[in-house]
Amino acid sequence: MNLTLRIWRQSGPDAPGAMTEYHVSGISPDMSFLEMLDTLNEELILRGDQPVAFDHDCREGICGACGMVINGQAHGPERTTTCQLHMRHFADGDTIDVEPWRAGAFPVVRDLVVDRSAFDRIIGSGGYITAPTGSAPEAHATPVPKDAADLAFEHAECIGCGACVAACPNGSAMLFTAAKVVHLNVLPQGAPERAGRARAMVEAMDAEGFGGCTNTGECATACPKGIPLTGISVLNREYLRGLR
Amino acid sequence: MSYLDYRVGEPIADTKAPAGPIEQRWDQRRFEAKLVNPANRRKHTVIVVGTGLAGGAAGATLAEQGYHVVQFCFQDSPRRAHSIAAQGGINAAKNYRNDGDSVRRLFYDTVKGGDFRARESNVHRLAQVSVEIIDQCVAQGVPFAREYGGLLDTRSFGGVQVSRTFYARGQTGQQLLLGAYQALSRQIAAGNVEMHARTEMLDLVVVDGRARGIVARDLVTGELTTHLADAVVLATGGYGNVFYLSTNAKNSNATAIWRAHRRGAFFANPCFTQIHPTCIPRSGDHQSKLTLMSESLRNDGRIWVPRAQGDTRPPGEIPEHERDYYLERIYPAFGNLVPRDIASRAAKVVCDEGRGVGPGGQGVYLDFADAIARMGRAAVEAKYGNLFEMYERITAEDPYTVPMRIYPAIHYTMGGLWVDYDLQTTVPGLFAIGEANFSDHGANRLGASALMQGLADGYFVLPPTLNHYLGSTRLDPVAADHPEIEAVEADVADRLDLILAVDGDRTPDSFHRELGELLWDECGMARDEAGLRRALARIPELRAEFWRRIKVPGTGAELNQALEKANRLVDYFELAELMCLDALHRAESCGGHFRTESATADGEAARNDEEFSYAAAWEYTGGAPVLHREHLVFEHVHPTQRSYA
Amino acid sequence: MALLTRAVRRPSTLATLWRSTVGKKAVMAVSGLVMLLYLVFHMLGNLKVFFGPGDLNGYAHWLRTLGEPLLHYGWFLWLARVVLLAAVVAHAVAAYQLSRRDAAARPQKYVHRRQRTSYATRTMRWGGVILGLFIVWHILDLTTLTVNPRGEEGHPYQNIVASFSTWYGGGIYCLAMLALGLHVRHGFWSAAQTLGANNPRRDRALKLTANATALLLTAGFLSVPVAVMTGVVR
Ligand SMILES: Cc1cc2nc3c(=O)[nH]c(=O)nc-3n(C[C@H](O)[C@H](O)[C@H](O)COP(=O)(O)OP(=O)(O)OC[C@H]3O[C@@H](n4cnc5c(N)ncnc54)[C@H](O)[C@@H]3O)c2cc1C
Ligand code: HEM
Ligand code: HEM
Ligand code: SF4
Ligand code: F3S
Ligand code: FES
Repeated sequence: MNLTLRIWRQSGPDAPGAMTEYHVSGISPDMSFLEMLDTLNEELILRGDQPVAFDHDCREGICGACGMVINGQAHGPERTTTCQLHMRHFADGDTIDVEPWRAGAFPVVRDLVVDRSAFDRIIGSGGYITAPTGSAPEAHATPVPKDAADLAFEHAECIGCGACVAACPNGSAMLFTAAKVVHLNVLPQGAPERAGRARAMVEAMDAEGFGGCTNTGECATACPKGIPLTGISVLNREYLRGLR
Repeated sequence: MSYLDYRVGEPIADTKAPAGPIEQRWDQRRFEAKLVNPANRRKHTVIVVGTGLAGGAAGATLAEQGYHVVQFCFQDSPRRAHSIAAQGGINAAKNYRNDGDSVRRLFYDTVKGGDFRARESNVHRLAQVSVEIIDQCVAQGVPFAREYGGLLDTRSFGGVQVSRTFYARGQTGQQLLLGAYQALSRQIAAGNVEMHARTEMLDLVVVDGRARGIVARDLVTGELTTHLADAVVLATGGYGNVFYLSTNAKNSNATAIWRAHRRGAFFANPCFTQIHPTCIPRSGDHQSKLTLMSESLRNDGRIWVPRAQGDTRPPGEIPEHERDYYLERIYPAFGNLVPRDIASRAAKVVCDEGRGVGPGGQGVYLDFADAIARMGRAAVEAKYGNLFEMYERITAEDPYTVPMRIYPAIHYTMGGLWVDYDLQTTVPGLFAIGEANFSDHGANRLGASALMQGLADGYFVLPPTLNHYLGSTRLDPVAADHPEIEAVEADVADRLDLILAVDGDRTPDSFHRELGELLWDECGMARDEAGLRRALARIPELRAEFWRRIKVPGTGAELNQALEKANRLVDYFELAELMCLDALHRAESCGGHFRTESATADGEAARNDEEFSYAAAWEYTGGAPVLHREHLVFEHVHPTQRSYA
Repeated sequence: MALLTRAVRRPSTLATLWRSTVGKKAVMAVSGLVMLLYLVFHMLGNLKVFFGPGDLNGYAHWLRTLGEPLLHYGWFLWLARVVLLAAVVAHAVAAYQLSRRDAAARPQKYVHRRQRTSYATRTMRWGGVILGLFIVWHILDLTTLTVNPRGEEGHPYQNIVASFSTWYGGGIYCLAMLALGLHVRHGFWSAAQTLGANNPRRDRALKLTANATALLLTAGFLSVPVAVMTGVVR
């Protein structure tokens, strides 16, 4: 396959950026999108140009490191992570636009790399269950009803990739925050800190400069892990409950 | 001076494991350990490099105890450490099934599974602690699979006869890591942990013989900084990526442990690498990493290749009598369920015979046609649906109609920094935990026990032993301008400058691929003397070529991913050489290390306990290394030859 | 101590509510639902147009005497007005502030513009502005009678007919009713989501209810100007 790529290049947080055009040839349909970029980068290095910077690690769709907006869609046309997107979903001769996640709370570090540390601070504000090492009761002391366990799991699957923020027209982190709050709040272990957790995490989210949620639903459409949109409703409920 | 001229040095004896009954050693050790007064802990700074299961657990726990922790990872968030990718599960001797499991049995299985190359005291402690890990994780809200009654579910794994593996669908590593990460995040928010993400440790600072800090590079700005502490903990994971293609995350690397090795920490059993039999084969030269398919597939899939060499017909057109179900043929008793190392080697043998399938002939079929006929498509889908989907996404082939293609891939490294019972390396004050050390798995790791070991080390083992070190050692403050610090900083900076200055005509990846292929061929699934010698001759040539031809654009004062790769590659060259030497000197087969010369009449691995019942700890000298043997004593599990026929 | 990680003291609930995006959105949802409730009754009341001037004018009069003797003449109406005014102000201020914040949260747009389903968000904002302007017009038209072509106090029926008989009067109302329909369609479900009443099992039912409510409301309201313009009501 031969492709034309238009990639956002930006040499640093404060440098101006622009879409830059590249041509790659001999792309195999079996390549992942990142392997296609690897190919481009090999050529750029040999030419003495700076390779395109992008975050990635596991390349299995689980670490949440990778992520770029491909033709206007977070993680591209398939519902998966960028590393698990394969070139067979594109056609020979296509022009593909590649941009970083865009959100005020995710400043661009370089090229397609953005700073998502805001997510870590949201977790730090309350996205945990306080259980200092050594203080745990026997695991079977608290049975967890299967439906609660399943609901928790469904939300715990979030990989923190930030596609929800990238896709949301308001740059809102509600789906991410909801994923964590629901995971912990529906478990009996999470109950004691339930109210404070939702409040603290929403406050942290706001403080990071994410937008509000207008229930657009783009986030859930883009989420590679299928975190349900209704999770946001549960977050809202937990927050409002917590205020009482 | 060649690596082949290695010397044999003093054996290492002291492992700090107390004498006495094995069940009481850990209690005894904790009782004898010095404590640090809680009020004094905050005066101690501990550096933890790595935020995987081992590092995340250690950082959180040490901070909870009151230490000031300074922690590092190269990812943009501690939550993304490689541990997140583990799928299958975590072992623990809870005996919830009442199926005869016990601490003793887990201990026994692990020593035996490690092919009698692990230290009994450590393994027993691991089995003891396993029970607490599950309690800890459940309390943190890790959503383990549960049954309808609300109690935890378990499954059996990797050739053991009890059901002791706890799991969270196919995302056990992710869920466990999130638990540790959340505990760590809480400590970061509380100011007890100073977290440096996107920061890579590039060297260790040793002052007066003790580990006192690290030099790290901020991967965004390129700035080199020195961090000083009273102790340094390395939880930096395994080095499987030395092979270029592996199931490890792309950025996992050996730099931290290798630089520590260069500063005096012994490196043990580097040639003990684990190869996982069921990975998706590479589809071409562009391949950047390999994806693991859960071992559980072998429960119902049948593995075969065509009988004839070079048979390129599509699998559906190959009639039954022209197929070779080779595992069922060679190992009638265990069939498709033989252990990892055996299944991997058998696949290599048939592919080497020219009977492999798929692009490049590097694959064997894993066929579900019989299972679908027997259980029905729906049942197969319920059991393996997500794996089939993942396979189809990657290969664009439908495993319900066309057999899967699988091939072995590098997966885990049992070798690592040598540590004593306290998990301390040979550099006082330097500790190594998780996959970064060599401690518990001997020559082969059983499924679902790496997660167990990482968390055991981080949550339960390291904290008391580190306490002991800090409580029993007088540590004077190190001046920021200590000459040793300046020397290390200069070393690191020089090396980066040198790489940038070459301005040659080959990319880092092209060297890495070449090194990886060489290692895979000569020091992979099967090794022999001639091949290892070839590799030992070739690696220095390749390294010399690297220093002539490497090309890294840009500068060191910015986010420069090509520079990161090249810099890691420098360490891989040296490590690769030590691996080959270790494999060469160990003229026996054991666990993941298969020497073709050391096989039984029917081609199975033959251990040589007379000569090699030791862990090989290598000392760095700059030239030919020095071998220190730690002789292994088996008082509880008596070495036997494994047989699966 | 290392274990203590969260401060215990917290500011007043209302202030917290108004300061957070989730809380402010809840204020919007509650005020929106209050207005929606009003509109359901308002729509039903308006349908009296079809029973002739007596019915409608009588109804308007009844509105003013409602609650007597406990309340004074017109008090109920004023009470309702105060509530509605508070609702519309809270709703509009929250909408404005949140929209400003949302725009700031994505300072740089994507170069590759795709038709996104953020359709709802955009129509909500523009629809809301249209509704706001309409309410002003509507009050000038039928409450204060400032712009009404007839403007006869106490005769709403005649005023309505007069208003809708001009092309612009009828046009404005029809346009506004369409905007209302869209706003309620997303708004009703959205309010449930915002107030935490949604869950996977309820999601479909809520969306259906939202569509039905929007449809009935729009149809009911629209029938009046349409009837006047087609001469059914005169
Ligand atoms: C695909 C796959 C599936 C697996 N499945 C299972 C399973 O089911 N059960 C099981 O028990 N085991 C499994 N394993 C093995 C297991 O996942 C690992 O052995 C284990 O997670 C290692 O954990 P760790 O904490 O030691 O290191 P890692 O998780 O690898 O963490 C290393 C950390 O060190 C940091 N780091 C490394 N070098 C530096 C440096 N120079 N400077 C700064 N930071 C650095 C990294 O950023 C990272 O935070 C699997 C492995 C793979 C590859
Ligand atoms: C003053 C004029 C108005 C403006 C500026 C306005 C604006 C908005 C905006 C921007 C939203 C958020 C969009 C979203 O959630 O996607 C919204 C939501 C809503 N509006 Fe309005 N609106 C107005 C009038 C009304 C009226 C008259 C009603 C009564 C029917 C109403 C009912 C609602 C409801 C129920 C919601 C959903 C609230 C939520 O999602 O929590 N609005 N409005
Ligand atoms: C065809 C549609 C409508 C008709 C015929 C209509 C008719 C009227 C009339 C006659 C009044 C004056 C009542 C009185 O003073 O006794 C009135 C008041 C009012 N209407 Fe409507 N209306 C319509 C649609 C709407 C809509 C869509 C809204 C809101 C978005 C609305 C909001 C109001 C408000 C806020 C008042 C003021 C109440 C008061 O202060 O007395 N109306 N309407
Ligand atoms: S909610 Fe989905 S899109 Fe958002 S961070 Fe989590 S996994 Fe990514
Ligand atoms: S797209 Fe944005 S508006 Fe809400 S529903 Fe998702 S966060
Ligand atoms: S690289 Fe880990 S999710 Fe894509």
